[in-house]
Amino acid sequence: MYARWVLTALLAWPAVAAAAILIAPPRWAKHLGFAASLIEFAISVPLWWTFVPSGGMQFVCDAPWIQVPLFATGAPWSIRYSVGVDGISLFMVLLTTLLVPLSVLGSYSYITTRERAYYALLLVLTSGMIGVFVALDLFLFYVMWEVMLIPMYFIIGVWGGENRLYAAIKFFIYTMFGSLLMLVAILALVYLVGQRTGVFSFDYFHLMRNLGGLGPLAFWLFAAFFLAFAIKVPMFPFHTWLPDAHVEAPTAGSVILAGILLKMGTYGFLRFAMPFFPAVALAPPVATGVVVLSLVGILYGGLVAMVQPDFKKLIAYSSVAHLGFVMLGIWALTLQSVQGALLVMINHGISTGALFFLVGMIYERRHSRLIAAYGGIARVVPLFAAILTFVSLSSIGLPGTNGFVGEFLVLVGAFRTHPVAAGIAATGVIVAAVYLLWALQRVIFNPLDKPENEKLLDLTPRELAVLLPLVACIVWIGVYPKPILDRMEPAARQFIESVRPPGPTATALGP
Amino acid sequence: MILDLSSSRDLLLALLPELVLTGWSLVLLLVVAWRHRTAGDLRLTGWVTLAALASTAAAVWWLWWHTARAAPGPVPVMVAVDDFRFVTDWLFLGAAALTVLLSFDYLEREELLVPEYHVLIVFATLGMMLMGGGEDLMVIFLGLELLSVAVYVLAGINRESPSGAEAAFKYFLLGAFASGFLLYGIALVYGATGTTGLRAIGAQIGAGGGGTMLVSGLALLLIGFGFKIAAVPFHTWAPDVYDGSPTPVTAYMASGVKAAAFAALFRVLGEAFPAVAAWHQIVWWLAVATMVVGNLIALAQRTVKRMLAYSSVAHAGYLLVAVAAGPEPGSAAFLFYLVAYTLMTLGAFALLAAKGRHGERDVLIDDLAGLATRHPWLAFALAVCMLSLLGFPGTAGFIGKWYILAAATSAGQGVLAAVLVLTSVISAGYYLPVIMAMYMKPEPFAEAHVGMRLGRLGYAVVMVSVAGLLFFGVRPNRLLDLARTGGVGVQPAPGVPPAAPAVTAAHASTAR
Repeated sequence: MYARWVLTALLAWPAVAAAAILIAPPRWAKHLGFAASLIEFAISVPLWWTFVPSGGMQFVCDAPWIQVPLFATGAPWSIRYSVGVDGISLFMVLLTTLLVPLSVLGSYSYITTRERAYYALLLVLTSGMIGVFVALDLFLFYVMWEVMLIPMYFIIGVWGGENRLYAAIKFFIYTMFGSLLMLVAILALVYLVGQRTGVFSFDYFHLMRNLGGLGPLAFWLFAAFFLAFAIKVPMFPFHTWLPDAHVEAPTAGSVILAGILLKMGTYGFLRFAMPFFPAVALAPPVATGVVVLSLVGILYGGLVAMVQPDFKKLIAYSSVAHLGFVMLGIWALTLQSVQGALLVMINHGISTGALFFLVGMIYERRHSRLIAAYGGIARVVPLFAAILTFVSLSSIGLPGTNGFVGEFLVLVGAFRTHPVAAGIAATGVIVAAVYLLWALQRVIFNPLDKPENEKLLDLTPRELAVLLPLVACIVWIGVYPKPILDRMEPAARQFIESVRPPGPTATALGP
Repeated sequence: MILDLSSSRDLLLALLPELVLTGWSLVLLLVVAWRHRTAGDLRLTGWVTLAALASTAAAVWWLWWHTARAAPGPVPVMVAVDDFRFVTDWLFLGAAALTVLLSFDYLEREELLVPEYHVLIVFATLGMMLMGGGEDLMVIFLGLELLSVAVYVLAGINRESPSGAEAAFKYFLLGAFASGFLLYGIALVYGATGTTGLRAIGAQIGAGGGGTMLVSGLALLLIGFGFKIAAVPFHTWAPDVYDGSPTPVTAYMASGVKAAAFAALFRVLGEAFPAVAAWHQIVWWLAVATMVVGNLIALAQRTVKRMLAYSSVAHAGYLLVAVAAGPEPGSAAFLFYLVAYTLMTLGAFALLAAKGRHGERDVLIDDLAGLATRHPWLAFALAVCMLSLLGFPGTAGFIGKWYILAAATSAGQGVLAAVLVLTSVISAGYYLPVIMAMYMKPEPFAEAHVGMRLGRLGYAVVMVSVAGLLFFGVRPNRLLDLARTGGVGVQPAPGVPPAAPAVTAAHASTAR
């Protein structure tokens, strides 16, 4: 019962709750939103225990959606409502359900206008995000991928900063540009496979089983998928929408953008782009290109972050660097690096999410995100300073925090297949230390020389309630990541096998 | 039910919908002759028109329900009896009915107390039905003229408005010009094949007839149709005419009139010229040019009405992609897209008509600023229409675009599909600012939207279109089925070799 309906419940509940919020009195909106997102989290928690690591795709729910013969002579085109999770998507779903209640709680005092619409959109966004991670039908995946654009577009455009309209439309058009080409690629894929098998199905496993022999077309199809996901990640030359969107979005928008939306890109590579077209993805020119772009992302993101005067923009660019690690880990294609990449995806959601919350909290007090506007505030707001320091250290990758485990695994794994790249990427960790510690120094240490900063209030209990769960996750994953690694290992192994057929190299890489 | 068209009873049955509508149009003319003064008279003719459209739709339904088909025989068939005709008929009747509903308030508000308006709509709809069902070039031409003459008058029905006069005059001149091209084309095709029956032409060409005269005839036909569907480079009349006409008439032109021209084009290309390779390449370039130019110019527009006018040019480009995909996969996608397109265009124009008082021409996109706070439901409806026009998932516009893309990829037109999606991205640049203005910009001054009012019937139109867009966006199964069975109608006569796949493939490679 639970296994069959949990994912559908996770998808439907936020949408239902959003409708309820829209008709309830405005002053209840935030409380209803918080309650709804907590219930969502509660529904998702048992997934952690009931998930069977070696069980492959589970919690599957499948029903026909659009099954009509599209063309006069053709076989039926089968589009199904088909959802499930494995060791890759499980954590993305849990991360989503964890971050959403915190985002709602973190918006309590930030959002003061049109509250009903805001919380309803946040919940609709939740549905969309869960949908992207659980969809096993490419049509459903595409629909969810686009559906989640609209709420985010509104969240940035209505509740964002001064330059919000520009940021919102840039975000929208960038994402749409990539995803529409992906739609054409999906259709071509379905048609080509359908011609061969006689079944025009968007089903993920059907496509996986019957792919191959696409010839030179495979490159173009891969390119379309690659573009859609690379824009979302974002990889180096496609990242320009990210700083704008992050900086202009309200706090919760930034948290969700960084924490979850960026992961959809890397998830797309793990789930679709690489398993569908392993030969193209691993062809030396493509693989080298991706690794180089990842390295550029790591170093360039770090260096640009270093010179940002705006704290929020600094964090935004640090995302580009972190996601570079994920891409490197995926393409290095060893068990450790893929697990590391998955872990970095989770860690980045937690640490960067917490950083965005912290910046948002101080912004609410001082209405400035400029690093230069602060200085020495550790004495005024000790609790804030302590948590900011701790979260920054985890983002740098200090041993004992989650950041270390993920990046270490990526580097260790990548070292086996791409030693030079791993060496260069390791310097990215140093760059991260430079930009974050330097920013930390300028914000919370140094002399307290601005009179406006002398009367700042420290964190309220509500804000602590937002941050402490994230701090707990940082410590937990940093000290004892084994339960997470155990749950993702079979899926990571299977991913590697699906990309690179089992051979001597693949087995040699196992632990 | 097989109808033997050589018996007069069966012939009358086959023409039942057209006959019903013609009968009603005469009744309407009589009503108008006596009652043409007050607003009450206008409402009366409006309701009579709706009754006429409903009973005609019922007649179509009756034929469809009995799966009426023409018996093969020696008698040359002038009007097709197939699902393509029935589905397009419903579409035309639905578009006309929504237009009439939309016009009640509009005509009263703008003091256009001319009940002939409704008669003209009925005549135009009759013309459309003949175009969608015409199985002979002459019938198609007659339908086109019946339609065009009525719409020329409709465009200039507001005699007080100089822009209306300009629109009518421009439309008339260029429309007459286009009709001339079409007629010349028909003459040349007749000269080459000795017949004007579509299937007979197809059979002639299949048997090896044709040559230069045929191809030049086909080219002239394409130019004529290109004018009517406002394909680039024959689109220059469209924005001015759409802009200058009364808004409900614009909605009717953008949805119904264009749909009729497309339906006829589909039938002509699919039934008469499946074996001629030349048009594939022409339509391919027409589609690309229309999508690119339409979207780019729409991007530069600042008034909502002109933006919608150019966007309708762009949508003609998307429909041309369905034509280029060939009649077999294309016609079904075309029918589905037309339903979605009619709903979203009518919804958008209905909302525009509500916003503008005596001057919806001048409504800038920025004039919609803050609409969401003042009229949340109207803003929501317009947002749904915009997203559907953009082809966003969850709306019928997306399923329609997806269907066209599926048709194009399955016909090996990958490049065309890519152009379609890339130009759709451009279209986000002009559809989104509407949403942006409504939701993300503050009201410029306190009473900015005070005059905005939508009558009860206008609300009905908007609700029907929004509900339809959302419903078919999530659950399109039945409509997809209807579109597919309707698409079967457009097939070459048995024994005529269809356009060889090699032709399409060769064309695709040269195009690339």
